[in-house]
Amino acid sequence: MFRYIFNRFLHMVVSLFVLISATFFLMKAIPGDPFTSEKKIPEQILQRLYAQYNLDKPVLEQYVLYLKNILKGDLGISMKMLNQDVTHIIGQTFSSSLKLGVVAIIVAIIVGVALGMLAALYHRKLIDNVAMVLAVLGIAVPSFVVASLLQYLLAYHWKIFPVMGFKGPMNYFLPVMALTASPIAVIARLTRSSMLEVLHSDYIKTAKAKGLSWFSIVSRHVLRNGILPVITYVGPMTANIITGSVVIEQIFGIGGIGKQFVQAINTRDYPIIMGITIFYGVILMVARFLTDVAYVAIDPRIKLAGRKGD
Amino acid sequence: MAVNDNMVKQVELKPEDFRKIDINDKEAEVIQRESLSAWQDAWERLRQNKMAMTALIIMLVIIIMAIVAPHLVPYTYDSNDLMSTNKPPSLEHLFGTDDFGRDVFVRTWMGARISLIVGLAAACIDLIFGVIYGGIMGFFGGRVDTIMNKFSEILYSIPYLLVVIMLLVVFEPSLWTIILALTITGWINMSWIVRGEIMQLKSREFILASRSMGADWKRLLFKHLLPNAMGPIIVTVTLSVPSAIFSEAFLSFLGLGVQAPVASLGSMINDSLTGWLYYPWRMIFPALVISLTMLSFNIFGDGLRDALDPKLKK
Repeated sequence: MFRYIFNRFLHMVVSLFVLISATFFLMKAIPGDPFTSEKKIPEQILQRLYAQYNLDKPVLEQYVLYLKNILKGDLGISMKMLNQDVTHIIGQTFSSSLKLGVVAIIVAIIVGVALGMLAALYHRKLIDNVAMVLAVLGIAVPSFVVASLLQYLLAYHWKIFPVMGFKGPMNYFLPVMALTASPIAVIARLTRSSMLEVLHSDYIKTAKAKGLSWFSIVSRHVLRNGILPVITYVGPMTANIITGSVVIEQIFGIGGIGKQFVQAINTRDYPIIMGITIFYGVILMVARFLTDVAYVAIDPRIKLAGRKGD
Repeated sequence: MAVNDNMVKQVELKPEDFRKIDINDKEAEVIQRESLSAWQDAWERLRQNKMAMTALIIMLVIIIMAIVAPHLVPYTYDSNDLMSTNKPPSLEHLFGTDDFGRDVFVRTWMGARISLIVGLAAACIDLIFGVIYGGIMGFFGGRVDTIMNKFSEILYSIPYLLVVIMLLVVFEPSLWTIILALTITGWINMSWIVRGEIMQLKSREFILASRSMGADWKRLLFKHLLPNAMGPIIVTVTLSVPSAIFSEAFLSFLGLGVQAPVASLGSMINDSLTGWLYYPWRMIFPALVISLTMLSFNIFGDGLRDALDPKLKK
């Protein structure tokens, strides 16, 4: 087991290194430099600017410096916003994104599992069909369409929730609904199919034969085993919610990292683009690593299968 | 047969008691039902799946409209008329007009055309590259497989959209750079599916038979292994079309999609966001078409999976 975790960890570090190197060299491949503009900058100022961004050194040295700085948590200085360093900008905007993301993940898991469970327990009944139609819609309809529709109906038309902003608890409802539509759908489908499998297994028959109540069968045996595949989805879900939040923050005017990212892309503020890309990369890879570890820790069967395969 | 000894003694059987029945060998061999190939069988199953067939019809309608519709009205996707901006849907402009007075009907179907081209082209490139890479991994196995698999795993663990965004920031977005950027890691999934299928098929008897008759690797791979892996391959292609369309829409959102005046469904929705509470038709029609496209490709893909792989169906 420790070998497995170590392997996964190594894998994560290598991937992260590849991502950082790829971003760095891609950015170096852009023709011209960030200070080429219509306005002629005096030679001396240009030299100072180059020195500030380490652009006066050979590429390889810049690369080593960049790696060293990242290890220190320094992601460079913004090129468009005066003297703002990227780590600081990320730190400032991260809290709104984090709050939104955490709420979204919790809601997605609770609602998704509940929906999938209901669908499995009432297999081939009305609830099942409704839940599965919702699930297909959730997967197929893009999050920005969901967001815009919710905004139009619930905020603009019926005025139940605020249209924009991120101040009070009421501001959470619409963004969270839009963000979680597709994760809920996936989780519901995963839960449903694995619970159906569990419901037909022998140990559930045994539990019934023992005379356990319906409630304790479901909560003790069915849910515990049926929820396993959902854990594998936590990694991809984090990715889903992060990409979703880039769009959702824009629509609902939430000043998080996603909005900062879009703005940086539009103004071609390369240090910020690189910084946020690496930041997102770290979050996603750590999430995936933790998912892998959690899965082995929870399901002892994985270990056996792994040994047989070796 | 458990025949009682006493009974045998009591009943005396003479040769006359036996009558020769003509056994017609041919009759026994006659096939009552028309024989079906695996593909016909799958098609039968697919045809009985009402959801999948509806999805197929919607898919075809969208594809036909994307080809035909822009020629049905007297406007082009970039002809603006500043005298009639942001007009609601009417007989003149079926889906209304946008902020430059461009006809939303034409733009929606042109957008669908672009989105479909992105989706289909990305899926095709994924298919070609994934099958070659996965085929080599699965067929040769051993160290080749280990190294190639490690490489694809590392590439896969780098978040997909981040790489695509980086690529498009560096290489200015156009239809082809978008397609290429989307396929840069999109083929990995396909290669894994092909690898898994081929590894499973490789140890089957018909491969051994072919091998013992002296078939070389090309024949084994292209005549025996790949045709048998076709089911999962087709399903994966079908399901990768909507995900490419979605990714393109997401890129449009970041301003990294196809550039104006050309529109994709995603960029139309993005453009309409600023005033869409007042001009909802500018968003509703492209949103409807993109949702229907993704929905129908997804449902049809699921139906195909059920039809091609009856083992999975419960």
